[in-house]
Amino acid sequence: MSIFAIELAFWQQTIIKMVVVAAVIPAAALVLGYVFLLKMMSFMQSRLGPMEAGPHGTLQLLADGLKFLQKEDIFPDKADRRLFALAPVVVLVSTFLLFVALPVSPEGIVARLDTGIFYALAVSSLSVVGIMIAGWSSANKYALMGSLRAAGQLIAYELPLVLAVVGVVIQAGTLDLQGIVLAQANGEIFGWGAIGNPFILTQFVGFAIFLTAVQAELTQPPFDMPVAESEIVGGYQVEYTGFRFLFFFMAEFGTAFVFAGLASVLFLGGWYFPGFDT
Amino acid sequence: MSQTEQLSYIAGQAADARLNLELETDGMVINLGPQHPATHGTLRLVARLEGEEVVEAEPIMGYMHRGYEKLAEVRTYLQVTALINRIDWLGSFANEVPFILGAEQLMEIEVPDRARWIRTLLFELSRIANISLFLGEMGLQLGAVTPAFFAFRDREFVLNQIEQVTGGRFHPNFDRIGGLKDDLPAGWIAETKSVMKRMRTFCDEIEDLLVGNEVFETRMRGIGVIPAEVGLSYGLSGANIRASGVDWDLRRDEPVGLVYDQLDWKVWTHPDGDSFARYWVRVQEVREATKMVEQILDGLPSGPIMAKVPRIIKVPKGEAYIQTENPLGAMGYYIISKGDLTPFRLKIRSASFNNISITPWLLKGTLVPDIITILGSLYFILGDIDR
Repeated sequence: MSIFAIELAFWQQTIIKMVVVAAVIPAAALVLGYVFLLKMMSFMQSRLGPMEAGPHGTLQLLADGLKFLQKEDIFPDKADRRLFALAPVVVLVSTFLLFVALPVSPEGIVARLDTGIFYALAVSSLSVVGIMIAGWSSANKYALMGSLRAAGQLIAYELPLVLAVVGVVIQAGTLDLQGIVLAQANGEIFGWGAIGNPFILTQFVGFAIFLTAVQAELTQPPFDMPVAESEIVGGYQVEYTGFRFLFFFMAEFGTAFVFAGLASVLFLGGWYFPGFDT
Repeated sequence: MSQTEQLSYIAGQAADARLNLELETDGMVINLGPQHPATHGTLRLVARLEGEEVVEAEPIMGYMHRGYEKLAEVRTYLQVTALINRIDWLGSFANEVPFILGAEQLMEIEVPDRARWIRTLLFELSRIANISLFLGEMGLQLGAVTPAFFAFRDREFVLNQIEQVTGGRFHPNFDRIGGLKDDLPAGWIAETKSVMKRMRTFCDEIEDLLVGNEVFETRMRGIGVIPAEVGLSYGLSGANIRASGVDWDLRRDEPVGLVYDQLDWKVWTHPDGDSFARYWVRVQEVREATKMVEQILDGLPSGPIMAKVPRIIKVPKGEAYIQTENPLGAMGYYIISKGDLTPFRLKIRSASFNNISITPWLLKGTLVPDIITILGSLYFILGDIDR
């Protein structure tokens, strides 16, 4: 790691990376949650959304987070306590693992893997395991149905997700995410290399499929069958309160952030900005 | 066959039977409600599932029973209207009308023209207030949150108009035997006309948002199909039966006491009988109601709003049954009077009670998400079921 022009020992680097990732994921969840869940939705629905906590309600989710931390940690009577406690962690870990492979600058990557995108897609499926654990251990029929639906949907949409990425991988000739960015940065559009060659120009179908499949992976509307509020009342999350629920929330929006990052790395050229040397 | 062979055969059969018994799986029994967002109120639905498929479902009601029929027996006719306002709480004024009409029929009172017109006017306004909320709520049931907010926003304008006349947003308690409590306030007519325009825009908006939406259509079309004869045998009424292609509307067929026969309007039906048809018919009904209100506002006759009624109302001995086409369907009151200050017996026929009686038949073989669609599209109000 040489972005600060200081050579650090491996353990020092590791600690810095861990702190950065641990800070970025909640921050990303807060920003995405505020912008999309609270504000954009409110404006669509002809209301203002939160306005009191901070300027224009910017601190609302922080206040909500504090509220969640203060809540009683409730285990359902018949629940499998250990698994019940484990499930949100598994889901959140999958988000953290996803973040590992995401390049944000030439050097800014937690671990450069030769099979970067393959790894990212693989660990993103880990959340299914967490969701299944949550649904089963809650000892609740709604939760069970929700988790089974989630498993079905998430696995089903994994396939289009992978196929959308395959086009990029073939064009770039590498699975390494850093390599995919470089392939776009050094690419040329019919001999004109001023802006590189973002893969969205050739892979626009893949881009559309990728975004759609990600929407399904995140169980956002219109793919919200697993959490359908009006029928199975939140699905696998139904029995969770307090900070365990917060974990699910953070995982959902953290994953949304990482997938947005992956989409930009795969299709929009990643961190490469035209005019700046790589 | 020797005895040992016989015994071993029997033992084998018994072992097989035991194994089958152990391997046999029961369906899951799921309990929707009484506290569940889809039952908007306290309806409970016990459904036996096979995977996600409903094997049988039974609605259980009575969690909000308030005993209005019995309470009415110890209240004077004026006091009863305050109770029956709370039956279908979204279209409250419409609840009062058939009861008052029944009492008037027994007392043989001739209601002034203006009172009849304003009654019809408020009746249609409460229909708009009621059904417009359904139009948004249905989207909410299917996961689209935005239409519900639009519905709440625009319904408020209608409620404001009702409040300006009656003083009550939800529970007007405005109808009196022999006429109405008050006349319309000044400047109200022009304002209401602009509100009606707004409601028509709301209908267009909802059609843009939902009716043409592919997700909405796939989840509504072909779900919960009620053939006309089945619907009739279960006593369905209102938009639910009109969506099955039955051209039946009490406003046109039995216009007792109200002025629907003097208006130019149309009964909307749909041949499909599925959830989408029920939704579509209701959208058209709101549109038609706004047009009716405008006609009434233009043709409002002048004159008194109250007939000559004795100070202490005693309804003469007799029986009367009056039903009207309320927002939820046919609503009727069977009044038995023994000449007292209070009704001797009041039987309330409310639309939702009959409308949800079809659910066990309708839900058989559907999927869990369709339960919500079907319950939502049948459009019941818990107060109207439990009274």
